[in-house]
Amino acid sequence: MEKLIKITTLSILFAFLLVSFFCIHPAGKPNTSMMDDYFIQNAQAQTGSNNVVAAVLFDYRGLDTLGEASVLFAVASGIFILFSGKDDKKENGRGE
Amino acid sequence: MIKKKMEEENRDKGMSKVVKTISFIIAIPIIIFGLYVILHGHLTPGGGFPGGAIIATLLALFLVAFGSYTVKSSHKELLSSLESLALVSFILLAFFGLGSTFFHNFLANTANIFGKSISYGVNNGYLPTGGTIPLMNIAVGFEVFAALSLVVLIMYTGQSGGGK
Repeated sequence: MEKLIKITTLSILFAFLLVSFFCIHPAGKPNTSMMDDYFIQNAQAQTGSNNVVAAVLFDYRGLDTLGEASVLFAVASGIFILFSGKDDKKENGRGE
Repeated sequence: MIKKKMEEENRDKGMSKVVKTISFIIAIPIIIFGLYVILHGHLTPGGGFPGGAIIATLLALFLVAFGSYTVKSSHKELLSSLESLALVSFILLAFFGLGSTFFHNFLANTANIFGKSISYGVNNGYLPTGGTIPLMNIAVGFEVFAALSLVVLIMYTGQSGGGK
């Protein structure tokens, strides 16, 4: 029974992969390019930045960059907390 | 007592004098390249994240060259306060655009600092353009530099982060 479930799951997954392999969208040819065209046409004039990628990163999608920066802040804070806990234990052990 | 002496001898005092001198020499191009990548984020590929990471490699180099013996707790405080300051300034810059929306580029095309207007076309490489984008790049660059160096510093020394 278990073997049957495994085989069916695997075959379904394989079928999905096969279908997606043959029906995959060609790279560089988006279905709708309205947004891309808008950015390319207006990003330089609206943000004054020659680099459209930077314009998208820091202006149109600034919230995303804020999230990335906060993740880095959280990582640093987490390591801060992790290592300070280790030190406290050591000091306690020495004191006893 | 003997244990303490052993610990003192085993302390990481870094590498030889040659490495220390060369690390000082190589620090200058690393800092200049990192600042270049940060400042030209709105003109060339790069920006705050890669530029900050480039400058953070300098601290890793110094740690290896000079050892954890030279690290003081005030360094960690300085780095963590720099990180917080940079993140706060980034959020403040986002809030300043709240006249229209959050993250609105209020400096673009105003002829103020970094506010030179630009037309559609090829990249002519004027530095004082981009509005808030270069300022945010600088903030993010310092934030990434401080965060990565803090992570490396704390994990290298294995000590507590807080100044006790």
